Amino acid sequence: MKLGQKSANGLSLIIRYAILVVLAVCALYPAIWVLVSSLRPGTSLFSPTFFPEQFTFIHYKELFTNDRYQYGTWYVNTLKIATLSMLFSTILITLSMYSLSRFRFKGRQTTLTILLVLGMFPGFMSMIAIFIVLLQLNLLDTHAALILVYSAGSVLGGFIVKGFYDTIPRSLDEAARIDGASHMQVFVKIMLPLSKPMLTYVALTSFTGAWVDFIFARLVLRSKENWTLAVGMWDLVNTSQNSNFTLFAAGSVLIAIPITLLFVFLQRFLVQGLTAGASKG
Amino acid sequence: MNRHRGIAAILSVLVMGLGQLYNRQIVKGLLYMAVYAAAWIYLIPQLGTAIWGVVTLGEKTQGFQKVGKVMVRVEGDHSIYLLISGLITLFVFAVFLILYILNIRDAYWTGKRRDQGEQPAGFKQSWAHLTDKKFPYLMLSLPAVGVLFFTIMPIIFMIMLAFTNYASPNHIPPKSLVDWVGFETFTNLLTLKTWSGTFFGVLTWTVIWAIIATVTTYFGGMLVALLVESKSIRFKKMWRTIFILPYAIPQLISLLVMRNLFNGQFGPINQYLSYFGLGKLPWLTDPLWAKVTVILVNMWVGIPVSMVLIMGILTAIPKDLYEAADVDGASGLQKFRIITLPFVLFSTAPILIMQFAGNINNFNVIFLLTNGDPVNGNYQYAGSTDLLVTWLYKLTLNNSQFNMSAAIGIIIFIIIATLSIWSYRRSKSYKEEDMIQ
Repeated sequence: MKLGQKSANGLSLIIRYAILVVLAVCALYPAIWVLVSSLRPGTSLFSPTFFPEQFTFIHYKELFTNDRYQYGTWYVNTLKIATLSMLFSTILITLSMYSLSRFRFKGRQTTLTILLVLGMFPGFMSMIAIFIVLLQLNLLDTHAALILVYSAGSVLGGFIVKGFYDTIPRSLDEAARIDGASHMQVFVKIMLPLSKPMLTYVALTSFTGAWVDFIFARLVLRSKENWTLAVGMWDLVNTSQNSNFTLFAAGSVLIAIPITLLFVFLQRFLVQGLTAGASKG
Repeated sequence: MNRHRGIAAILSVLVMGLGQLYNRQIVKGLLYMAVYAAAWIYLIPQLGTAIWGVVTLGEKTQGFQKVGKVMVRVEGDHSIYLLISGLITLFVFAVFLILYILNIRDAYWTGKRRDQGEQPAGFKQSWAHLTDKKFPYLMLSLPAVGVLFFTIMPIIFMIMLAFTNYASPNHIPPKSLVDWVGFETFTNLLTLKTWSGTFFGVLTWTVIWAIIATVTTYFGGMLVALLVESKSIRFKKMWRTIFILPYAIPQLISLLVMRNLFNGQFGPINQYLSYFGLGKLPWLTDPLWAKVTVILVNMWVGIPVSMVLIMGILTAIPKDLYEAADVDGASGLQKFRIITLPFVLFSTAPILIMQFAGNINNFNVIFLLTNGDPVNGNYQYAGSTDLLVTWLYKLTLNNSQFNMSAAIGIIIFIIIATLSIWSYRRSKSYKEEDMIQ
């Protein structure tokens, strides 16, 4: 009896490991496939074997040397736009969500509902309007336009931050207020250090949001030297998808690696951030 | 002695800031006056045109006119520019009006305080009041301006478009004018055969897709989370990292890669299938298979998010519940059914609804993977896998059916807003907001 129980447990463990391995292969396969493809000689999507007979870095070199792509310029552009949007969005989201969570003032519930409702509009429904506004402000084909729009729109996605601040005990800032701290001091000295996981989460998502957005970037950025990586890669896929797949793979790897590494290293914060906002709904 | 409040208020009605100057609040008064001057310099030349533009959408078509002996091209009114710049002017005017009312109120209250024999607050005191009592307003003012001009205004603009005939081929400025047509666009969408056929077809697929996508990623995520967190599994951290990877890779990249992976001719998946002696599958080219592919790929993208969420909730389940169940001799399945599942379902119910709403709007997966294809001959500008949102995108950017896409946008919005507000009102964060201490 005891023995039967044990072998049944062992069997279930083996099955569980087997499922995990299969799932892990599914999860990793596309990433590894692109990585390997980017190192394969030639340009074709098709390859008779998974691992090529020899590896080459020529596609990576071509990205930066071939004048048709200007990959290096796009990379710098994207880095600039993503970093600045991250900075501004994080500031705006933290400020607004902190006050919406912490203070009880007239119009608060209305503001919350309005924000929630606005966040549900299909984003590019308003693209034409924003396009014309940018045209009037003389901002078309500039990076400032993208940064402005990404940061201004970021507040709508900040509910998770509000959920996080809702969980921090109010006695904390009340005590500080009694000790004579101003609201700004409470915010900077007490709340900001406490919200490190949340800030990381917000910064990360707004950085990646700007890093990979192409719908809006494609609309605003007209000249090739102003493009971001997303627009460039999209163009690459649409113009030469099957004729130069390995180059596309190399470009993808260079876009994906920094973000992926960031996510993996900041996983702890990420999980905390997601769940902190989540358990509050 | 209660003349001050009346005089100050009247002065402020006449000229912004004058009442403050009268109340001897020099800095504040000058600041208000500067705003006043700037506003009039901007508004006076524009306000009339703005109202005329929004009401009429322009009156003169582009055309040719005889000047002397030659025909000269005369620029007509550009309805859309008139509409949007009119809207911007009206928004600025509204902001100005709010400031104006605040200014009068401020002059009145300060005057009243003077009537009661108090000193009017100096600029330093006013500033202190602002950063103390009005702190949340101060913090929210900057985001509010951003949201006002880059979210609210464009949305109002789009809503207005739904009530015009702004569409290719007959009503595209600057060649021709756009007119207000009331509910005609909506009527066309719902009753005109070509439009309604596409609309209800796409709507049906959107709903089916959203249900399947939500259910598969949710329960897929739960399965993975339970597996990784189950007792005798080792290297938990490693498994977690592996399964979080699809979430970490930017969607833009992973989806474009998937598009190649599922390529019917050269893609490795079909290559493996034929290696095992199975036929190649039309992953992206057959309507039904394309739908299956989209759902499969969405599972790959979406399961990690659910997994992370559910892992977080699993750790929050009190351990003594399981211990009690063990004492009672419950099997693993029973423990899952009676403790784990209800607990997880209860804490994720609002998120589930939000994910459902998000899937209705899931632009990326469809657009990057299939671009809505394969083409459906019965549809107006839409393919077999198009969701309402991607159809809207195509109508706007490829087919210039601006009024129709705006109408569809409003319909999507109504569906999603209903769902989300309903779930938000039921969520813990709304009900118990003030209970956390």
